[in-house]
Amino acid sequence: MLDAVRRPLGRTLAVLIKEFIQLARERTTFAMIIAIPLLQLILFGYAIDSDPHELPTAVLAHETSPETRAVLAAIDRTGYFRVAYAVSSEAEIDGLVHSGKVLFAIEIPAHFGRDARRGLSPEILVIADASDPAAIGNAVAALSGIAGGALAHVGPPLTGADAAPPFRFVVHRRYNPAIETSLNIVPGLTGTILTMTMVIFTALAVTREVERGTMENLLAMPVRPTEVMLGKIAPYVVIGGLQMAIILFLAWLLFDVPVEGSLGLLAALTTLFVLANLSVGYTFSTIATSQLQAMQMSIMFFLPSLLLSGFLFPFLGMPLWAQWIGEALPLTHYLRIVRGIMLKGAGFADLVRDVGALAAFTLAAMTLAVLRFRQTLD
Amino acid sequence: MSAPDDIVIDVEGLTKTFGKQVAVRNLSIKVKRRLIYGFLGPNGSGKTTTLRMLTGLLRPDGGHGTCLGYDILRQSAEIKRHVGYMTQRFSLYADLTIRENLEFVARIHTLPHPRDRAQEAIVRLGLESRAGQLAGSLSGGWKQRLALGACILPGPELLLLDEPTAGVDPQARRDFWDEIHALAADGLTALVSTHYMDEAERCHELAFISYGDLLATGPVEEIIARSNLSTYTVGGPDLDALSRRLKSLPGIDNIAPFGNALHVSGRDGAALEESIGPLVEAGPQHWQKSAPTIEDVFIDLVSRPKGALAAPSKDGRNA
Ligand SMILES: Nc1ncnc2c1ncn2[C@@H]1O[C@H](COP(=O)(O)OP(=O)(O)OP(=O)(O)O)[C@@H](O)[C@H]1O
Ligand SMILES: [Mg+2]
Repeated sequence: MLDAVRRPLGRTLAVLIKEFIQLARERTTFAMIIAIPLLQLILFGYAIDSDPHELPTAVLAHETSPETRAVLAAIDRTGYFRVAYAVSSEAEIDGLVHSGKVLFAIEIPAHFGRDARRGLSPEILVIADASDPAAIGNAVAALSGIAGGALAHVGPPLTGADAAPPFRFVVHRRYNPAIETSLNIVPGLTGTILTMTMVIFTALAVTREVERGTMENLLAMPVRPTEVMLGKIAPYVVIGGLQMAIILFLAWLLFDVPVEGSLGLLAALTTLFVLANLSVGYTFSTIATSQLQAMQMSIMFFLPSLLLSGFLFPFLGMPLWAQWIGEALPLTHYLRIVRGIMLKGAGFADLVRDVGALAAFTLAAMTLAVLRFRQTLD
Repeated sequence: MSAPDDIVIDVEGLTKTFGKQVAVRNLSIKVKRRLIYGFLGPNGSGKTTTLRMLTGLLRPDGGHGTCLGYDILRQSAEIKRHVGYMTQRFSLYADLTIRENLEFVARIHTLPHPRDRAQEAIVRLGLESRAGQLAGSLSGGWKQRLALGACILPGPELLLLDEPTAGVDPQARRDFWDEIHALAADGLTALVSTHYMDEAERCHELAFISYGDLLATGPVEEIIARSNLSTYTVGGPDLDALSRRLKSLPGIDNIAPFGNALHVSGRDGAALEESIGPLVEAGPQHWQKSAPTIEDVFIDLVSRPKGALAAPSKDGRNA
């Protein structure tokens, strides 16, 4: 009876050791494992600069008063806005925002100074181009901080309650009303990096043996498909963990991305996600007849993951059919998990649905891979 | 078990087709324990395909049988545990060292102390000084040695060796065959495919396959005797011209140069003698009746028109 456990375990270990040695010897693969997360994170991270300043702004002021000048000066002091255009009509604003020449347009109403002093709390309209939500998030947040003090030295309000601010900003977001903050990007990036690397690595696992002719020998040995699969997948679970550690460390170091929730839970669920991707890759490698084909399949899997998981576009903003496809992709569920844990401090109970979906997906893919594994050469 | 204990391979009617092409047709062989069984045939005749069917790497389209008493259709897992299969193309891991490859084999077979077993194999193969070398960087001859070593390491009862000496120098080939004979003396059975005629003569028994059909089986002398071939060895000047002349004569089925002589063979002895009679008289070459070699027989077997074969040879050595 002991043999029934010891033998399969021994054979799995045999495959695992072999894979580790081969992996360590293949320098380019090894370099990729380290370089891909590093490069992506730094490029993506800085390209999307999570806290950009001096954003081009147009101003339409319907009056020139000390109050107007004071508000504009306060806006300028935040450092987020650079007044590039002073315009005189709403049509001009529309043109500038639409063409992308400005990200913001600020409209100060007539009688602004008078209304503010009377405590009528006049509204300043801020039009924001939200097609790049990461770019405008902090700038919008900075506006709310200046309403209280901007008019302090212009003179006290003539009447009214002291608690109410003398004026308000009304922000109209155009093009992308469902705002995503920059913090969302880095956790999402961990998911895409893992998807890309994990699927590609295992997609080559079986086809490589077929192409190099070592498959005939492997098949002639007393090893079962499940043992081959587990032995081949296991090294990459470790590597996935390593990548995750690199990403989290860099995200914290370079972009101050915190982990609000439990690190242990994040590690456990990331392992599950890594397994899901590895089994997808492994399934590909049992179907593909060459390494090239395996790579093509990986890309075919990676693209929808990138587009429909909620990484690039807000999930709820997608048409229903796209959401259905998205629900079938591991990355979608992992994004919810990783954003939940890192940004909102979510616990296991909050994530049960997505964890269940990931586990079901992994199991299905592994079963398919074992069934697909050809035990003969014909 | 259908086969008696001393029959290691017992298959009947094995057939394999790839698309429309028949790679192996209705093949039946019996191989006795401790025999070295040669498997001969021209390129593409189905040797590799047959060996693959015996190990369960290919599923036969027809036929049945046993290998070491295990059903080749349903018990390939058991077969894999007790058979050492050496592939025609080197198929160990080129990016692993000799030692790592051997340890991998030992572990896959769940042998106790895999490191020790690998070390023993390295010593036995005389590869101590190269144990840390990548298998892919070995010369052809050493690769074959390593592959054989990996086959033997788990202690199989049966070896299936697919052209194990292709591209190996004569000294290494001789060593290789000495090793095979030593293993057979220890109780192993080996089925060895080869293209070399001198190797055929080192086997206890032979099977000859051509384009999917099994043409002859049995010990070397028996196959030669059964061929009914009459052969003359011709020496002397102008053999080229003679050879061209002989080709058009009736009763002459085969002309093969052997060094400075020609082997002239025919299946119908009387017709052959009638054709060459005048030439023997005329000279200047000298003619001598000789026993056909196994090569004469094989070339003759392949060149015969299909279907012209006598049935009894199909049934193998027991005839
Ligand atoms: N996987 C395959 N798919 C299609 N045809 C195949 C396959 N394997 C073998 N064949 C064909 O079957 C025939 C027998 O091939 P096989 O490899 O068994 O010959 P062989 O006797 O080993 O030849 P050689 O001496 O050249 O190694 C050949 O015509 C070959 O083209
Ligand atoms: Mg062959």
